[in-house]
Order: sequence, then structure tokens, then C-alpha cells
Amino acid sequence: MIHDLWLLVFDLVLVGTLIALAVAALSSPEPRRAVMLFIAFGLWLSLVWARLRAPDVALAEAAIGAGLGGALMLAAARRQARETAEGQTVVAQRSSPLAIWGLAFGSLIAAGALLWVYYQTLHGEPGTARLADLALDRVPESGVSNPVTSVLLNYRAYDTLLELGVLMAALMGIWSLGRAPAPFQPAGPALTAMVAWVVPLLILTAGYMLWIGASAPGGAFQAGALLGAAGVILRLAGHPAAGLPGETAQRWLITLGIAVFAVIGLALMGAGLGFLTYPAGQAKWLILAVESAATLAIGATLAAAYVGGGRG
Amino acid sequence: MSWIDWLSAVLVALGALFFIVGTVGLLRLPDLFSRLHALTKADNLGLGLIMLGVLPQVGGPLQGLKLLMIWLLVLLAGATGAHLIAKRALRGDGEDLFE
Repeated sequence: MIHDLWLLVFDLVLVGTLIALAVAALSSPEPRRAVMLFIAFGLWLSLVWARLRAPDVALAEAAIGAGLGGALMLAAARRQARETAEGQTVVAQRSSPLAIWGLAFGSLIAAGALLWVYYQTLHGEPGTARLADLALDRVPESGVSNPVTSVLLNYRAYDTLLELGVLMAALMGIWSLGRAPAPFQPAGPALTAMVAWVVPLLILTAGYMLWIGASAPGGAFQAGALLGAAGVILRLAGHPAAGLPGETAQRWLITLGIAVFAVIGLALMGAGLGFLTYPAGQAKWLILAVESAATLAIGATLAAAYVGGGRG
Repeated sequence: MSWIDWLSAVLVALGALFFIVGTVGLLRLPDLFSRLHALTKADNLGLGLIMLGVLPQVGGPLQGLKLLMIWLLVLLAGATGAHLIAKRALRGDGEDLFE
């Protein structure tokens, strides 16, 4: 009883701080401060996911939401500050009151719908067959034993393919916006020594994440985020291209994930199965091939996004 | 609770104390260098003590090794970060963007 009460207090503090961080990040007038608060929000959110026993989502949130998203937004805030300093006026856009009221009304409806779903899940009539039970029953056939990976790469592989497409489209947008800003100065001895330790370790950990994703929390997105982080660190330490190869090779790397995904899907169709319907015996190796390619592509895309522009 | 559990609890509480003191220092100390000093103590000693406290509770030596490695990584990153911030403040040399 006492134990339950403490857990409740713990959860309330967890949720209260999350909401406070979100409000602070949204209402901060200064972009740099807002980004810092957003990074803190992301790290806190990953704690919340861990508390909800969703370590896969917690890992992805910490690595992509807080880590790489934060790095990208810091770079953007810095660029904006420089451009404002150089006299390029940034037009402040004020939202019209109508838009604000519309947004508030929409949020209210969304919150109501979420509460209804929450209530239904707890108190509603359970249907004859819940989707989660059906999905969990067939995990052993999916080629991997981690249920999250089996959903992402087998049941819902089509979604993951499209997510890779979204990432690639985002990078194409960044590339089409202009040249990359000037690189950083070469690192001093202390930072050089840290980079020499951390970058190989990140690459090693990415390989581990990719492999362990079959049976435990991990997978292509987390592994790719670690590779991307290695790129960010290299760029900060003065490597202009963030450790990425030349432009042609970069383009190949970035399309690699979608290419391998699509080729495997089409080959399966050619073999008389559905698009991305893995045959039972080979599912594990096909998933591993797709995930390896996706890891490289995600890592390269995130690092290239941090470099932040085409080669002119 | 066995004596091992008590030891864990005491070590974790001590670690948390370091984090609290470090946070108070970060908020209250007057200049950047003393704030940096408070922050790195919280990171290094606070996390170190918490790790020592959790160590007897883990399932096996491999998990313990992972904890130890996390602590070492935080040490490495914290020391380098503090060095970079201090260098920037002291000499204006932040290994910055080329202008």
C-alpha cells in the first residue's frame, strides 16, 4: 500500500515535470534556450517511456528526439542568430487569434478522444480477439524474438520503408536549401583525444544495437542514430564532411536503405509471395539485411543533415 | 533487507546528495568556473556513487561491466565538456565555426 503510494508520487512528479518542461520550451522567447529546454524535455520523455516499460521507444527518443534532434535544432538556432547578426532581418510571424483558437479547439477534441480511448481500454468490452494477442502469438514465426522488431520489420515493414523515405526526403529538402555552413575549427588536444575514443566506440555500439535488436531492445533506428551521432561529433571536432565519403558515395549510402528494402520486397513478389512477405525460414536473414542497410542509410542521412547543406 | 541492500541504499542516497548539492551549486554559485566545478562533482562523484550502489543489485558481471562503462563514458564526456567550456570562457578559444 505504502509502496503503491510512493510509486504514485513518483509518477506524478515524472508527469508534472514533463508537462512543465514542455510549457517552458514552448513559451521560451529565445531560440537557444527553447532548444535546451526541448533537449531536457526529450531526455525526460525517455525516462517516462522507460517507466512505461517501453525501452525501445525510450532508446529512440533519447537518441533521435533529444540527441540528434537537439543537435540539429541547436545548429539551426545558431545559424539564425548569425544571420540576424549579419543584418538579414528575420520576419517575426505572429499567429492570428483565429489560428490560436482553432488550435486550442482542435487540441481539446484530440484530448477528449484520447481520454475516451483510455477509458474504453480500461472499462470497455474486450473484443473477441485483441490485435496485440494476435501479434504476440505469431512473433516466433516473424524471424526475430523482439516483438518490437517483429512489428517494425515484418508485420509493418511497409511503414518502416516509408519512414526511410521520409528521412531521405527531409535530407533532400536540406540539400536543396543551399550550401553547408562553414566547418568547425580543428579540435584541440583534449577534444581530439575524446573523439579518438568515442567515435570507434559509437560505431561498435551501433553494430551491437543492430544485432541485439533481434532479441532485445535496439534495432536499425537506434543503431543509425548512434552512427549519426558519431558524424555529429566528427563535424564538431573539425572534420568538414562529418566523416562521410564523397558526394557520389554519400548519395548511394543515403538511398541504400530504401534500395535494399525495395529490392528484397520486389524479389519476394517475383518469387510469388507478397511484397515484403518473408518466407518463414529466411525471415531472420532478410530482416538482418534490411536492417543493416537501413542502419547505414539512417546514420549517413542524420550526419549529412547535421552538416546542413549541399556541396554547392 | 540484508547488509548489502543497506550498503546500496546508503551509496545511492549519497550519490543523490551529490546531485542535489551540484544542482544547488549550479543555480547559486556566482561565476561560470565555480558553477562548472559544482556540476562536474555531481556528474563524476554522484553518478559514481549511484553506480557503486546499484552494482551489487545487478544480475551478473556483464551487466556490472556495462554500468562501469557508462560511468567511464560520462567521466570522459564530462571532463572534456568542462574543459571546452572553461577554455572558451578563459581564452575565448572555443574551437568554433570558421568565420
